[in-house]
Amino acid sequence: MTGRSARPKATMNETIPQLSSYDETSLDAAFATLGAEVRDETSTPHDAEAFRLRWLGRKQGRLKLVSDAWLKSAPAEARKPLGMRFNQLKQQIEAALAGATATPLASAKKAGIDITLPGAVRASGIQHPLLKTMNEIVAVFHHLGYSTALGPQVESDFYNFEALNFPPNHPARDTQDTLVVAGQQSRPSRDRLLMRTHTSPVQIRTMVAQAAPVRIVVPGKVHRNDAADATHSPVFHQVEGLCVDTNITFSDLKGTLDHAMKALFGSGVKTRFFPSFFPFTEPSADVQISCIFCAGKGCRKCKQSGWIELLGCGMVDPAVFASVDQQREAQGLPRAYGTAKISGFAFGMGVERIAMIQHGISDIGHFYSGDMRFLEQFA
Amino acid sequence: MNILSNWLRTYVPGIAVDDLQLAEDLTLRGIAVEGVHDLGSDTEGKPNGHLFEMDITTNRVDAMNHYGIAREAATIYNLPLVPFDTALPAAQSVAQPFSVEIADDAKNVCGRFTARVLRGVTIAPSNGLVAEYFALLGLKAISNAVDASNFVLQGMGHPTHAFDLDKIDGGILVRLARKGEKLRLLDGTERTLEADDLVIADHSKALSLAGVMGGWDSMITPETKNILVEAAWFDPASIRRSSRRHGLHTDASHRYERGADFNACPVANARVSKLILQSGGTPEGELIDRIVPAIAARTADRSPIALSIHQVQRHLGTTLDDQPKQSALTAEIVRQYLTALGCELTAHANSADATFAVKLPSWRLDLEREIDLIEEVARVYGYNRFANTLPTALPVMAHPLAAAEAAVRTRLLALGYSEAISSSFASEADGATFRAVCPTASGAIALENPLSDEARLLRPSLAPGMLAMLAHNLNRDVREARLFEQGSVFTGSQELVVESHSLSLGLAGEMAATSLHSAKDVAIFELKGVVESLLSLFAASPETLGRSAAAGLTFSNDAPAWLEAGRSATALLGGVPIACFGELAATQREARKLRQPVYLAEMDLDALYRLPLRRATAREISRFQAVERDFSFTFADAVEWRCIAEAIHALGIAELTRLAPVEIFRDAKAGSAGSYALLLRCVFQSNLRTLREDELNDWSARLIAALTALGGSIRR
Repeated sequence: MTGRSARPKATMNETIPQLSSYDETSLDAAFATLGAEVRDETSTPHDAEAFRLRWLGRKQGRLKLVSDAWLKSAPAEARKPLGMRFNQLKQQIEAALAGATATPLASAKKAGIDITLPGAVRASGIQHPLLKTMNEIVAVFHHLGYSTALGPQVESDFYNFEALNFPPNHPARDTQDTLVVAGQQSRPSRDRLLMRTHTSPVQIRTMVAQAAPVRIVVPGKVHRNDAADATHSPVFHQVEGLCVDTNITFSDLKGTLDHAMKALFGSGVKTRFFPSFFPFTEPSADVQISCIFCAGKGCRKCKQSGWIELLGCGMVDPAVFASVDQQREAQGLPRAYGTAKISGFAFGMGVERIAMIQHGISDIGHFYSGDMRFLEQFA
Repeated sequence: MNILSNWLRTYVPGIAVDDLQLAEDLTLRGIAVEGVHDLGSDTEGKPNGHLFEMDITTNRVDAMNHYGIAREAATIYNLPLVPFDTALPAAQSVAQPFSVEIADDAKNVCGRFTARVLRGVTIAPSNGLVAEYFALLGLKAISNAVDASNFVLQGMGHPTHAFDLDKIDGGILVRLARKGEKLRLLDGTERTLEADDLVIADHSKALSLAGVMGGWDSMITPETKNILVEAAWFDPASIRRSSRRHGLHTDASHRYERGADFNACPVANARVSKLILQSGGTPEGELIDRIVPAIAARTADRSPIALSIHQVQRHLGTTLDDQPKQSALTAEIVRQYLTALGCELTAHANSADATFAVKLPSWRLDLEREIDLIEEVARVYGYNRFANTLPTALPVMAHPLAAAEAAVRTRLLALGYSEAISSSFASEADGATFRAVCPTASGAIALENPLSDEARLLRPSLAPGMLAMLAHNLNRDVREARLFEQGSVFTGSQELVVESHSLSLGLAGEMAATSLHSAKDVAIFELKGVVESLLSLFAASPETLGRSAAAGLTFSNDAPAWLEAGRSATALLGGVPIACFGELAATQREARKLRQPVYLAEMDLDALYRLPLRRATAREISRFQAVERDFSFTFADAVEWRCIAEAIHALGIAELTRLAPVEIFRDAKAGSAGSYALLLRCVFQSNLRTLREDELNDWSARLIAALTALGGSIRR
């Protein structure tokens, strides 16, 4: 060592430690003290501008003092190690300042709230996922020019079956196990009351009440005498549609449902029609959509087929129009559904099944439990 | 039902596509193949083809067998269908043919009865194709005679039956059963018959339940030497009635009740006879064939129906293959498809519009009308070859109740109530306890065939369903729930069921006390608030209510018994109940083993929906400052808020714009039991001017005087 003393000059209001010697141990100790001061000052909420002035102030900043007191008087061989440590300290100060301006956390902390606590809101109620899906389906058909029509859940045999071309004692009735109101045996077959097994009776009610053209969409609750399991419930919901006008065609039915499925499930969805059988439509069809989970490639949800069966439909059977006109005449209304000019189509879909597909719901029973743990997932 | 692809292909040689494509092509034509299973190879390495699991719709009984599906394949691929070989060995002649009669009383239910006598047969295990196909189909082989009948059923779909001829006394008589007549069937059970059961009988007793099941006494046994083979046609409704009555759903009844093929009887009879005779024996005499002409006329010999190509095109619309102004569904295509399906088409001469007279096949009783043929054309052509077109749209009419329903639903969701759907049914006990708020009719509606004892009634109220949902949550440690349900409730009689719109609210959970309500009472007042909030959506005036009575909403302490007395209320609109709400009665709570109190409300939505939705009219917001004055009073418990508010309003101070209780304090300790302290806030404001100190003081004095007159004492 040189033996020369390295006394720092005194300043007006800032002091820096004395440097006892320019050897590496002394330099380390002196800079460690300064570094600890920087850390202390920035570890608690602090005024960033005051901190900047105190350390980086042009005239009296502590860094300036260090430079003046230590660097300028340093012997040549000590300049490099001293300069290195000086630059490290400067970087530490600048980093602390950058951090203070980048995160507003520092100022929030000053206000004293723990913003990581959960937000507090007055919870609003939750739309039932099933009814939400039902309303969405209905809205799609409103946009296509269909008006909502509703009907009673307790129906007569005439509206639920007979007028829809299910003759008494016909095997087609076996597919819709029916809950019957007690004490009907003594009544004429057509007047017997039952829980409607589908929303289709509203087709008849509407056509009896109004002449063509008809465009209706019918959401509603239906009941069947089915044992409950994961995919069946004795109570379920359907959306029915009916379009009757002059010269409505099977290709109109296809186009309408293709459009509706794209509106509901996305424009990339494809539809596929299969012949099927319903007593009240002829020709009848089942409709599948390309699987919305795998886009038709095949997955667990579509049982590797790439397709999901979604609804039944068909052209209104002339026997249905005949029943309607007969009923209109019985009520003193003119016949309005002559098949020489009038034709139409009808379709129906199970809302539970669609909502279960949309939301990945595995048990139909959740819809009717009122279980908050289930409903809260749809908030 | 299962189908072997190899068997099917024997009827339509030359199908170029593989089994998977065949399954797909059939499915797209409505002959749905639900599953395809590879059957591997036989011992010589020859592939066994595939087993198709079929799902055939109820109207297509003709396709519930191999030959019927083969006909569909032949139609799709435009290939010929192989006819059945019905040739039998030469028959022994017989002087006296076996006696077969259809009794007059049975002539409207048995349309045809064929019988053939086989003598000297050998009962042995089946072999050859029968054994091979049965093994692949997983069917149980019994003996050649029994299996022959089942094989023909699988092959061509027509049910047949083989009797032990030596057990038949005299001859066959097809007749209606005598009421109470006994018959032991093949399943070993003895049945008591009704007068409209059809039986195949001999001259002394019933032998089998026609179209449903054979009889025990005349069944084929290993000792059988002589056989009578039956193939008949029975009326669908009659077979369905017997099948249901006796709880016997058999392969035979399934087909008969959907409509069997009248003309298949002699063919099926020959096929069964031929199979039995392969193990020995000879036919005796000719086939005995009894026909009821009236039934033939409405099955096999139906009159041709007219089919217009114009109607085909009018119903089906545009196809993807259409040429400009030329539908792809031409007369040639229509003729090809329908002929392949078994129709006979004759073109009408001199017709500008191409029209055919179509004779319908005996096996397709589901085809009756022109539209049925149009469907066949669409089906064979392929549904997915039609274009997607859209009909013109019509203006949409809003449903009369839609706006009111949406307003109620939106408000309830905003108030924090979640939407729920509960069962439509109720137990008899709940039906007796819970009633709609303002039932249109009394009387519960019972079901003839309820799903369970707990679901004997259609719900007369939404409350039990709501209670069940609250209990569901509480029993699963979900302690806080706010739910509502909008739904139908049912009252009336068995002749006239009245469906009414109702609303239920359910509330459970810990709630904090407010400055007005104790923790114990908050939930009840929350429900009151919801009722008031919903009513505020509608315009209730003497005009809209149709009553001259006080239009406003009032509350009474009376409530139905399922709510706890003193902790419940009825809301009345214009003096008529519209809702009730409060804490569930302790008896009901205990019955359901609920540990915490729950709160319920039910509202008559029909009454609400009869009112128009309120259309708000804005009023000017005053430019002048409002003045707030608080008053602290002590009142006896008997003085209700309603009396206080009425007394103040009676002063007629127009500038009093708001009056509200701010805090209620009950201090039992301070020797003030039977009274409570009330902090009351009044806001005075004028639209015209700044209020003067002297008039404010005057109003305050009058207000204090009025409340003192009520028995209140001001606290200073």
